[in-house]
Order: sequence, then structure tokens, then C-alpha cells
Amino acid sequence: MATLRKPTEEMAYILATDVGSTTTKARFFHKKQGNWRFLVAGEAPTTVEAPYEDVTMGVRNAVREVEELTGHKILSSDGEGIVVPYEGGMGVDLYCTTSSAGGGLQMMVTGLIKTMTAESANRAALGAGAIVMDVIARDDGRQTYEKIQRIRSLRPDMILLAGGTDGGASAHVVEIVELIKAAEPKPRLGVAYKLPIVYAGNKSIRPKVRELMGDEFALDMVDNIRPVLEIENTEPARRAVHELFMEHVMSHAPGYTKLMKWTDVDIMPTPAGEGMAMQLIADTYKENVLGVGLGGATTNVYSVMDGRFVRSVSANLGMSYSVTNVMKEAGIRNIIRWIPFQLDEEDVASRLMNKMIRPTTIPQTLEDLIVEHSVAREALRLGLAHHRTIATRLKGIQVERDIASMFDQAMEETYVNMMDIDIIAGTGGLLSHAPRRVQSMFILMDAWQPEGITKMFQDSVFMMPHLGVLSTVYRDAAWSIFDKDCLVRLGTCIAPVGKAEPGEHVMTVNFEMPDGRTVEEVIYFGEIKRIPLAERLDAKAVITPVRGFDVGGGAGHEVEKTIMGGVAGVLLDARGRPLRLPEEEAPRKELLLKWFKGLDLYPEESLEELI
Amino acid sequence: MNATIVEDKTSTEAHAYTPGLKVKKTTTVDKTRRLPILGEVFVKVGDIVEFNTVVARTEIKGNPEILKAAGVLGVEAEDVPRYLKKGVGDPIQEKEIIASLSALFGLIKKQLVAPFDGEIEAISEVTGQIIVRGKPVPVDVNAYIPGKVVEVMPKEGAVIETNAAFIQGIFGIGGERHGRIRIAVGSPEEELTASHIGEEDRGAVLVGGSMVSMEALRRAVDLGVSCIVVGGIRHTDLTSFIGEEIGVAITGQEEVGITVVVTEGFGRMTMSSTTFELLRHFEGYQASVNGATQIRAGVLRPEIIIPHQEETSEEVDELSAGMLPGTQVRIIRQPYFGAIGKVVRLPVELQQLESESYVRVLDVDLGTGKIVTIPRANVEIIEE
Repeated sequence: MATLRKPTEEMAYILATDVGSTTTKARFFHKKQGNWRFLVAGEAPTTVEAPYEDVTMGVRNAVREVEELTGHKILSSDGEGIVVPYEGGMGVDLYCTTSSAGGGLQMMVTGLIKTMTAESANRAALGAGAIVMDVIARDDGRQTYEKIQRIRSLRPDMILLAGGTDGGASAHVVEIVELIKAAEPKPRLGVAYKLPIVYAGNKSIRPKVRELMGDEFALDMVDNIRPVLEIENTEPARRAVHELFMEHVMSHAPGYTKLMKWTDVDIMPTPAGEGMAMQLIADTYKENVLGVGLGGATTNVYSVMDGRFVRSVSANLGMSYSVTNVMKEAGIRNIIRWIPFQLDEEDVASRLMNKMIRPTTIPQTLEDLIVEHSVAREALRLGLAHHRTIATRLKGIQVERDIASMFDQAMEETYVNMMDIDIIAGTGGLLSHAPRRVQSMFILMDAWQPEGITKMFQDSVFMMPHLGVLSTVYRDAAWSIFDKDCLVRLGTCIAPVGKAEPGEHVMTVNFEMPDGRTVEEVIYFGEIKRIPLAERLDAKAVITPVRGFDVGGGAGHEVEKTIMGGVAGVLLDARGRPLRLPEEEAPRKELLLKWFKGLDLYPEESLEELI
Repeated sequence: MNATIVEDKTSTEAHAYTPGLKVKKTTTVDKTRRLPILGEVFVKVGDIVEFNTVVARTEIKGNPEILKAAGVLGVEAEDVPRYLKKGVGDPIQEKEIIASLSALFGLIKKQLVAPFDGEIEAISEVTGQIIVRGKPVPVDVNAYIPGKVVEVMPKEGAVIETNAAFIQGIFGIGGERHGRIRIAVGSPEEELTASHIGEEDRGAVLVGGSMVSMEALRRAVDLGVSCIVVGGIRHTDLTSFIGEEIGVAITGQEEVGITVVVTEGFGRMTMSSTTFELLRHFEGYQASVNGATQIRAGVLRPEIIIPHQEETSEEVDELSAGMLPGTQVRIIRQPYFGAIGKVVRLPVELQQLESESYVRVLDVDLGTGKIVTIPRANVEIIEE
């Protein structure tokens, strides 16, 4: 529960932190002449693990850096807390935090049918900000003993149990409850407390579930996640997960009991904060958003499509702890294909292994930076592929199909089509810290291959989770900071969809620039061009694709639209969809280099030295 | 960005982002030996223990199995109890009949038999399932290091203390082992090859230099070497040695017949001379080694513990010791990867790197007349 020490309109200073798996990030905000702005950032290693085992140490160190940089005193003199409210030139009026340290919220979910109730339970847990360790279903292809072994080997923070519609299947759901009970899962943090279980299945068997599990688990019953097959109702389960997270999980993590006393707002899992920020963008622009938090340990992908919010988390795709898992899953060749100079596989593998064992190091050389950017493309590509398996239509219900779709052999399961995405937003250390903003825009474009006209945003210095949690108690301040200091407008990507031979004409774009100038760009297949158009400026554009190419209005149809400018500008991407790189090494490197130089992606002189 | 930055200032202290690896000649090592669940502790405070002394023992519940009784007998779930020969809590033996159904004067016979020795845990009239559980599995926890019991946690375990040299590696595979230390190479730069390893190395903790070859690893396993300590290892060698690519570093469970501790990193990496000399100093001593690594905020690194009787030096409060001018650091990323030097300056203001990033940096004197600027995140404090 939020207990604000001052009415929001009287506040002048706000401190927010995110206790990440690697780093604790403090962000300091101040209201100046009626406007809330971001002031300064402080960072320190997270101290959730041994030998420290007290998360507040990392928070204190990060806040101390803010104090050092601003001269503004925030910590109490004994170092045992944050001074709240602001008075006599010291302290802050509000302190809030998100957390993903110590592995975040790790859950196991169950359902009856893999593609129905289990899938809904998975979406609910992900939406609550959890990492889903496993999805157990009656038809998941595993033998009972295999499921039991798996459950025994996992140590989840919580289990979400779904299954059956209300009044529907009951015996099979009880079977799953019995399976869980027999396996006796133990909670991850501490052996002295009962493992929380949220039951969101068939209402009619609640008494039986209570009889089986009531004594040994901390059981919570909420409305059915699939009361009928046609409806998915994840909100009650999501809320229960969030409450139990605070009540059971957080209070057992090292130092969190102390941290919970410091904060004025409930601690929120980082991905939940990040998700709120993505929804804030979708709400404000009233458009479809595809967002990503590319972290050190995980990659979270968020989609808000026609108001429907879905989050996926790829628990082992990340840029530090999990960097070698990206290499394992993508294959080293897929990483090397984005590097325009010679590095052998063993060299790249060693660099990534060394990053994994020393996860907080950062690239000092351009060569190292380009290697990391190559890994990021693959992590993002795999993260989106994973997201598409979760952002799907509800299965198990009848879909009306017309004659045309009956002939369509593979009806698309996911509804995340790049042509329907209006906005792409990125956050996370690598994207936020990219030395040139055009680098993060290009990385996102290579990885996700936006289609048609797509606005591109990114987090300036990683504060989306902070603003997400702040928005729950003080939306106006959160949005003011979000708009002015957090959301960097990278620019717009215009990418026609179609295939042609290199050098063939694919589209003509006529811009009416903000200063009244008109600019005509004729674009050929295989090229990418950058048109400068500054942040917070718009240009009117008439985009005319040739026959067979589509920018959103249908193949060959002209589109007229206002185009958003940004720090990277407008990128006209005629490299085709799907984007294909030449198989052969020499032409591939040559092409990459041409794109890199054309976009002024990296310092040219240093880049030349690497070739 | 609208940051207020205090200009032209040098901080007096900073915290290294990567916790320094410990390389200590003499220290007091405390090892908590804890059971996974409550059980019995066999030692008392003051007892002297050896590597293999069993400190505590418990029994973990056996694996359960769910028997679909209704299905096997071909009856409704609620009718299952009528055919049972055993009740909840009854012991069972493998192949023993738990339930049987006989109909049509014995022409139809259906039986449900026990899959293993154990007991009946639950019978469900809703699903017609019977949960049987296997016999408990005993779990022993040994002392791992020789020393004195200084604390007993009733029913949980004990703390063993010893005076020892303590070396942390950066990455390892394989679990707890012990053996006699032998320096197998002439210098920390030399690669450990198969020809360095002989029959006499059975059970030894072999110390290599900058790298271990695949042939050396295989020969070491064949000859029963207990552990290899080495500066670096090739990624491809590690992958083929353990049979899979490492995704996320949670190691220690590999069953490859040997424990490997890497002290510096991946690729050819000269072992730090401090580490090498310390191991050489204790050549012939018995050491306890664990390759288990879990890299989340530096939680668990592989370790080499060499118990000895030399005098204990004064302890420093490691947690509060930050990075100051004069602190010895190791550079842990290109372009000066592996270099060791002393901190000269810790400027507060952000500085631009070759990659064009603006970060907090420090200046390091490499002792070769060269002072280099390094991101603060790319050094670790050498704790000696």
C-alpha cells in the first residue's frame, strides 16, 4: 500500500531505484518551475547475494553517488534509511523502487491443456512480472514421473494453478493438484515458510483443492482464469500474484524487509514497472506498441496491440549473465554475421565467456562494442520469436474463417505482425548506453525488422521501470519526466515490404520538411538512407512504393503520413523483408560496412582501422 | 540529460563493480556444512575433523509415483478403495499387489503392483489415483576441509574452521574434491599439456599455467587426477570436454571425473603471478577444491583451500575496503585484459572511451611507465 508523506502537489524531490540483477540504479527527480524533470543518476553493484546479503547496501551506494554528484543529502545520517519528506534542504518527498535482484519473481504455472488454460496461466504470470520456470499441463508430452522430478528440482517462489472452465473438467484438474502435492515443491528463499499457491481454475472444485493443499501451502483462491473458453480473465490472478510477491517472497529476500520500510509505495518487480511504462506509451499515443527491456539476465518483450497487453520474458537471453546463452541459442555464426571485420569464432566466444564471468564490465574498444551490438541483435530476434509464441489468439475456441483463409495452410498463430506495429520502444543497459542513438535504432531495426511506418523510441538512461512504479501513485509527474527526459524519440523507420533485385527502384518519398523545404528521395532495393529530421519536429511525407511493395496501404499503394523526427532521424530501409544477409563472407562484410558508414553508425576512422 | 555534475573533482574512494577475487596466503576459513533438510549432526564443538568425516546425515523423502488405479482396474474412481489390499501409510515392497480385482469366477483378473519398495502415501477417490512413495534416500554431508568444529547448528550442520591459504578462481566445473598440490609447469605462462601429467599424479591437484589443452584434460581424467588449476581455457575445449555449451554459469554438478578451476578467464591467460607463487609455496600440501560457480552478483566462485599451520595475518574488513589511489587492481577487459597495476587517480567526471561511451574511469599505472585510463567497471581489486 502506498503511504505518501506529503500531498503530491507539494512534492519537490522524488527518488526512485531499480534493484537489478547486476546493478542498482538510482534516479533523482526534481520539480522546477512547476515541471518535473530528471536530475541525475547514481549506480552501484547490487548486494543481494553473499557476502553482502543485504540489498539496502547497494541502494545506499547508488544513492550516495547521487549525493556525490548533486551535493543533495538524501540518506539519513546513520545510513539506515532515506530521509522523507524533503525538509531543510535534505531528503526527498517520495521514495519508490522496483526489483529484479536475486532472480526476480520465479514461478511455475500449471493448467489442464497446454494451449488453453496453461497458456492463459502463463500469460497471467508473465503479466505480473514473473519469470516462468516451467509450464505443467496434462498434455505437455511428459510422463507423470518426469513432471514430478521437474517440480522437485525447481524451487519456485510461487505456483499459479489453473485448469478447467467453471463447472467443466474437474477430475483431471484434481489430478494436477495431486501431482503438485506429491512432488512437494519447496520455496526458493528459506525453508521456514509455506510455498504460496494461487488457484485460478474451475471454481466448483475449490473445496477439494483446499482439502488437498490448505495445510501445506499458503493457498489463495481467485476467479477462474478461463471461466469459459471464450474468455481469458488474467487480472485477478495477476493481482494475487503481485500481493503474494510482497507478502511472501520479498519479505524473505535478503535485506528486503528493511527496504520495504524505506519505500512509500509497494516494491514492484522490474518487468511490471517496465510494462506499465510501455502501456503509458500506448495509452498516450493510442497506437500499437512493441517494447523490449534488454537486460543483463533476461529479455522482456511487451506488446500492446489494440489495447491488449502481453509480456514475455526470455529468462536466459541477456547481455551479461546470459550472454553466452544467447550464443548457445542463436549459434555463434549468427552473431558473427553482424560483424563487418575479421574475428574468428574462438575469439568471439572467449570474449563472450569472459563477459559472462565478469558481467559488469563494459566495452572500452570499438571492436568490443560492435561485438556486443551483434549479440544484442540476436538476443532481440530470439526474444521476439519467443514473444510471438505467447502473444497468440485464444486457442480452443471456434474462429470464423472465410474461404480465403481456409486455403491458407498456416494460419498465423500470433497477432504480432510488424506491419501492425506503430511504435517500437527499447530499454535496458545496452540500448540506453549506446554511444550514438542511431546505433540502438539500427540494432532494433535489424533484429525486429519493422514493416511500413514505425516510430522508434528508447529509454534515455534506463528509467522506465522507475517511472512505471511512480506512475501508480503520481501519474502526472511520471508522464512529465517520461515525456521530457526518458522517452528519446529516435526517429521513424520507413520500410517497404517486398522483394526485388539489388538496385531496383522500390519507393519514392516526398517530404515536406518543417522549414517548408521539399525533399524527394528515390530508394533502391538493398539500400538504407538516413534523412535528418530533429527530435520533436515532424515532416509530411508522401510515400509511393512501386508495384509489389507495401508500406502499410497495400502493395503499390501510396501512403500520406506525418512522420516523427528524432535524434537519429528518418531511416528509409529498402533492404527487403525478411532481411537477408549474403551467405558469403566478403560481400556480407562489404554490405554491412556500407550500411554502417551510410548511417554514420560508428566513428569512421576507428572503424576503418578494424577492417 | 539535465544532470548537475560537480566539476573537476577527484573522489577519494570508489567501489569496484566486480568483486575482487581473493588470493590469501593465510586466513581463517570457515565452512558452513549444512544439510538440505533437517537431520542429525554427528559432531560437537571442538571436534577435529578430516576431509571425509561425515558431519551430518539426513534422509530425503523418496520419489513419488502416481498409480492410475481406477484405469488399471477398470473401475470408477470412487470404487477403487473396495479393491485395495493396502491403506494409507502401509509399507509396500516391489511387485507386491496393492489392489486386485477378480470377476467372472476368476476369468478376469486385474492387479495393481507396487513399482518399488516404499509406502502408500495417498489414495484419491476423486481421480482414482494412488500415490506411492519410494524409500527415503540418505544424504551425508562431509567436512570438506580438515579443521575444528567451531559451531553446531542443531539438526542442520556445523561450521568447520581452519587456518589456510585461500584462492578464488573465476570459473570452474566439477564439485568438491581434495588432493596434493603439484606444480606441473615451469611458469605461469606455460601451457599445461598431456606430457606434463604422469601416473604419479593420481589424486593430485595439478597446477598449470596459461591454458590447459584438451589432451591434457583427457589424460588427467584417465589417470585419476583430482583437480586442475589453470589460468585459462579455450571455449571450444570446455564445450567438448563437458559435452555441452555453457549457457548460464551455474556449474559444479558436471560429472566429468575431475574438477577444473580457471583463475583468469577464457582463452590463453597467463595465471596471475601471485596465485601461481602462492600455489608453488604450498606444493606438496593437501588442498580442498570446489569448481562450483554461480555468477549472479559474484555469488559463488570456485575455490582452493590449502590448510596449513603458518601464522594468521591480521584480518582486514574486506566489505568496507573500497578502491583508493594505490589499490592494486587487475584489468578484466580488452584492450589491457589481464594487466595488473596500481590506481593512480579516480576522477569524478565522466570520460569518453574509444567506444565513445561516457563513463566513470580511473587511471592505472601498469608499472611499465605507462598510465592507462580504464572504465571503473573493468577492473577488480586484488585482495591479498
